[in-house]
Amino acid sequence: MLMKYDLVVIGAGPAGMGAAIIAASHGARVALVDENPVPGGKLRGQIYKEPKSGWWIGEKIARNMENKIKQLGVPCFLECEVWGIYPKWKVMLNNGEQLESDFVLIATGAAEKAIPIPGWTKPGVMAIGAAQVLANIQRVKPGNRVAIIGLDVLSLTIAYDLKMAGVDVVGIYLPPLNAFSSDKSNPLKMIAYLSSLSHLAPNPMLKLLGKIGQKESVQKLGVNYYPPFGMRVWGIPLHLRKAVVEITGNDIVEEIEIATVDRNGQLGRKQEKRISVDCVCISGGLLPLVELASAAGCECVHIEELGGLIPLYNDQLETTQSGVFVAGNSTGIEGAKVAMAQGELVGTVISDQIGLVKDGPELIKKAKEKVSLERKNAVIKFHPGLENGREKLERLSRISEVNHY
Amino acid sequence: MRIEKHPILGYIDKKEVRITYNGVDYPAFEGETIAAALLANHIRILRYSEKGKKPRGIYCGIGHCYECRVTVDGERSVRACVTGVKDQMKIISQGIDADEI
Ligand SMILES: Cc1cc2nc3c(=O)[nH]c(=O)nc-3n(C[C@H](O)[C@H](O)[C@H](O)COP(=O)(O)OP(=O)(O)OC[C@H]3O[C@@H](n4cnc5c(N)ncnc54)[C@H](O)[C@@H]3O)c2cc1C
Ligand code: FES
Repeated sequence: MLMKYDLVVIGAGPAGMGAAIIAASHGARVALVDENPVPGGKLRGQIYKEPKSGWWIGEKIARNMENKIKQLGVPCFLECEVWGIYPKWKVMLNNGEQLESDFVLIATGAAEKAIPIPGWTKPGVMAIGAAQVLANIQRVKPGNRVAIIGLDVLSLTIAYDLKMAGVDVVGIYLPPLNAFSSDKSNPLKMIAYLSSLSHLAPNPMLKLLGKIGQKESVQKLGVNYYPPFGMRVWGIPLHLRKAVVEITGNDIVEEIEIATVDRNGQLGRKQEKRISVDCVCISGGLLPLVELASAAGCECVHIEELGGLIPLYNDQLETTQSGVFVAGNSTGIEGAKVAMAQGELVGTVISDQIGLVKDGPELIKKAKEKVSLERKNAVIKFHPGLENGREKLERLSRISEVNHY
Repeated sequence: MRIEKHPILGYIDKKEVRITYNGVDYPAFEGETIAAALLANHIRILRYSEKGKKPRGIYCGIGHCYECRVTVDGERSVRACVTGVKDQMKIISQGIDADEI
């Protein structure tokens, strides 16, 4: 069966829902597709303490957006995975349906990178994001005693989430040095990373961590003198000189084996130690999901600061394929509010291109300003070099436009 | 394992239903995922691998990795991490024979 729309939005996270609401409220015929049974994407698991307005609860915001989408009568294709986009444009769903449209928005978000560690297939080992979903959405503890492997903004945020949920977080450790762990197993790089977090304040813990990382004593003395027992942050030990080398247990996770590493992450000769846990969370960082964009023929570029491979897009978030837009984490890893504002920008641009709004340029200008403002006020920044990454992308996008001209 | 009272999110306010897992009856909350309901009952093993019959549980928790495949009311390869429970749902681990239960 074939259905025709102005805009098909792929992904009902904050970016996709933001775009659908704006475009539909201007009168565009919009369809929204998501492979999950419940709209909201990663927004659903987020809880933040905002500097001024108190607690920000993602699930509530997601339900408000869902209600708006229902009121606007936007058809939602839930539990439908998009497997391809064909010119110009047909969006293919895994249930055999095809949605035809002039415009497509790819708002598929991000996935977690995996770091394989011996024993990681045992039940009880999970990606850090799974622990957030369990604790904050499902309201079930991922474990009673949880070890976290991998230090980054997400693992720190979720460590705090777990603590709020009453979980005993036994510590944050490094992954063992292997082909997948990269900087994450290097104590020196991790100290530098910690100090780059100081300007962020997603929660009180991160703020404190940034300050610790900046403390001259820590930086100067470097990791050589990093206390062997770790540093406690809100009661959670942060180990920058210890790696989890194996996860053991009969059928399910029972213990982790820990070894001391040198300043470059190489395993030391010191004796290994075992700690009993019932859950291990691995945090390998986030990766934009861009398969659909590249399959649709959009030019992609690699920009480390934005999370890796991303489609090239212009200042209106249109890719090199005309009519195909991107928003949210598929443009680079950032927080939910930036994603939402980007979605709204796309909704505005497309409504203008269809001819549904009178004061298009003015609305677009305002929508762009909102993206910049959200970016400036963001409580969470996933990569310290985000601004650099954005500039690189803008340069590449201008070059590409000149070439296509 | 349930977080009955969360300092920010408050109390859980959901309707209780019954499910069976490998033939045993368990309580669950309407709308929660199969993986969450089983974990709340202290169950982590969702299936056994094809090769070597090793136990497996959830990994990504968001529907990407397919580590959490179970059989639900006769339908194979349902992802426990994104599928909501329903009253009287019959869930079976994938990778064990039905007559072993
Ligand atoms: C595990 C995890 C945890 C995170 N936690 C935080 C956090 O605590 N704080 C924070 O600020 N940021 C967090 N983020 C970053 C988060 O991605 C952004 O905050 C924001 O949610 C991005 O919005 P989005 O709309 O771009 O993508 P998402 O919210 O990821 O939404 C994308 C949607 O697209 C759907 N989708 C993907 N591919 C397809 C397909 N082929 N067919 C159909 N549907 C598809 C998905 O099901 C999903 O619903 C997290 C990210 C991940 C991966
Ligand atoms: S745990 Fe990855 S798909 Fe269910």
